[in-house]
Amino acid sequence: MGPVLAGVLQLLALIAALALVYIPLGTYMAKVYSSDKHWRVEKWIYKGIGANPDTEMRWTAYLRGVLAFSAVGVLFLYLLQRLQGVLPGSLGFAAIDPDQAFNTAVSFVTNTNWQSYYGEQAMGHVVQTAGLAVQNFVSAAVGIAVAVALVRGFARSRTGELGNFWTDLVRGVVRILVPLAAIAAVVLVACGAMQNFSGIHEVGQFMGGSQQWNGGAVASQEAIKEIGTNGGGYFNANSAHPFENPTPFSNLFEIFLILVIPFALTRTFGILVGSVKQGYAILATMGTIWLGFTALMMWTEFAHHGPAFEIAGGAYEGKEVRFGVGSSAIFATSTTLTSTGAVDSFHSSFTGLGGGITMLGMMLGEIAPGGVGSGLYGMLIMAIIAVFIAGLMVGRTPEYLGKKIGTREIKLAACYILVTPALVLIFTAVAMALPTPVNSMTNSGAHGFSEILYAYTSASNNNGSAFAGLNADTQWFNTTLGLCILLGRFVPMVFVLALAGSLAEQKPVPATAGTLRTEKPLFTGLLVGAILIITGLTYFPALALGPLAEGLAS
Amino acid sequence: MNNSVANTGRLLGAGLRALLVLTLLTGVIYPLAVTGVAQALFNDKANGSEIKADGKVVGSSLIGQQDYSLDYFQPRPANGLGENSVNTQYKLILSGATNRSGDNPELIKWVKEAQAKVVMENSVAGYTVKPSQVPADAVTSSGSGLDPDISPQYADIQFHRVAERNDLTVSQVRKLVDEHTEGRTLGFIGEPRVNVLELNIALKELTKGN
Repeated sequence: MGPVLAGVLQLLALIAALALVYIPLGTYMAKVYSSDKHWRVEKWIYKGIGANPDTEMRWTAYLRGVLAFSAVGVLFLYLLQRLQGVLPGSLGFAAIDPDQAFNTAVSFVTNTNWQSYYGEQAMGHVVQTAGLAVQNFVSAAVGIAVAVALVRGFARSRTGELGNFWTDLVRGVVRILVPLAAIAAVVLVACGAMQNFSGIHEVGQFMGGSQQWNGGAVASQEAIKEIGTNGGGYFNANSAHPFENPTPFSNLFEIFLILVIPFALTRTFGILVGSVKQGYAILATMGTIWLGFTALMMWTEFAHHGPAFEIAGGAYEGKEVRFGVGSSAIFATSTTLTSTGAVDSFHSSFTGLGGGITMLGMMLGEIAPGGVGSGLYGMLIMAIIAVFIAGLMVGRTPEYLGKKIGTREIKLAACYILVTPALVLIFTAVAMALPTPVNSMTNSGAHGFSEILYAYTSASNNNGSAFAGLNADTQWFNTTLGLCILLGRFVPMVFVLALAGSLAEQKPVPATAGTLRTEKPLFTGLLVGAILIITGLTYFPALALGPLAEGLAS
Repeated sequence: MNNSVANTGRLLGAGLRALLVLTLLTGVIYPLAVTGVAQALFNDKANGSEIKADGKVVGSSLIGQQDYSLDYFQPRPANGLGENSVNTQYKLILSGATNRSGDNPELIKWVKEAQAKVVMENSVAGYTVKPSQVPADAVTSSGSGLDPDISPQYADIQFHRVAERNDLTVSQVRKLVDEHTEGRTLGFIGEPRVNVLELNIALKELTKGN
């Protein structure tokens, strides 16, 4: 069997595994967010928080909860890093510098996990497990909570109430993320992922001498890093590091973990709005884009255009032998079409077009299938844009899921889709215009520009992966990327929750013969088209200067 | 005004308490429980899959090593591997890739040099390696810089050199490599691979009598 066929079979196996858990997991998550019973452990947690889990919140209260919890998270994680030098269990590692600590704190709280530090030499046990890994759980739960609030906005009528933020947060962690992560972590250890607290560990080497590695709670962090679409590696090499991702099976399993919640949430959505078919239409949209991108990526990576790869006889730079080109390509599109940003191979050394595909995946807004929660709400915003465009064509007031898309709704959706492109393009332009940021580039020419474009794309879309030749540990990049990360997460969330509140207040519009059937393939086609055209037009000039120029030259 | 400050304070207090409770669950109980299970069920793997030769630990079977003498099978290049640059009381391996693009002049040079080196080192009396026989993994650096494996093709072109230098027959070496070649998992997951450290330990064992 050749590597191409093996790659395709891995893709099919992955799809089969995702299909197998789609209904049970999606249905389970719908129950989690609609049940009125509290588990005993949850009651203890609510008592600790001092919140009544049954209080309904309007969108403003829900948003205040999100922002307060995230603000405290940033401050806590910042202080934990600044105090690392005096914390026990930190292997004697020094405190992280203020600009890097700020960058890392906002990065993990926003589910981005951009890393300007080298994990194995900078972060001790306490920061890794009680700081970074905790945010892997809670930032994911916040994302799902906001998505569920938007779905409730569609499902509810004549009320402004969207549920209780604390309840959604705690249930996401306790009922979904912790159980899944615990199982996944043990599977990863069984494959060979490390899980101990040995710290700096020295072993002999075959030819004499010795080597040191940093032993820690790797598997437990790796599991939630993928399930929560976070992506922050324990080690610098992220999921390419054999202690994080030891075998071909663990690799495919990690891709599965990245995709499983974002895809299954479309069923949760369908159940909560009372029509699983609506969920299938969203699933089909996500699946079409994901599959198309993955097929393109496999094609370009196996074709290995580019001078160095043609001499070498394959695009193996930055890729591991045990994974091969095929599953590295699947990992790369899956991590950039979600908000994960974990890597099992290094995107900067992909072919010119392959690097462009990873960037375009993020530029679409990470909605196919997107980050946990953020993918679903991003896709629903695009669905609103799509019905609006369709409404303009036929001259009818657009509706989606029985709600009128009026002036207020379309304004909020339009604001949502403007935020990240504005951040990406403005900051990239400013960085290119200034004299010093370009000193951080490893490569020159089109690829050097791509390093900076990739960085702001990744930060603003809360992805976290990198064209990692860029030395991002400078005050300029730590600060501006940190700002992009913050604004790219919370400004869109404000619009999503405002939209949710506005939808929840409406009374439902009965479907008529003239209503656009949003559960049909026609709508899926319209939605895919709207996503590609809107993003394509926004980013085409920037992509032409970077990856397209590189890809077409080789 | 006072009212809104008090409200904000209350909200931040709730946020802090939520964070602390969830930190206890996900940052203390969860990793400790996973560690407990991992240590009990998969002790070797949880502790880094250490591997021994002559009764001494000589590394991890998952972590590739550099600097093998030419008597042994050679690993992939690791141009992206770094050295510890902060907290320098330790000398840690710093995993990493080169991040060079396909049109990067330095990468082109590295690949050409590596190819010439592989051809030269493995061409011995009666056996010449052609540049077209050198597989891509032999001339490129992995993502982690710690790739423990090489492709079976790269092992193949090293047979003659290893046999000659260790006074073994080529078929003895081939048999050894065959024993240490792992196919795709379930026949289709990943790529076939040879673990260099495990192979070299077995080679050393085989040549002990010589």
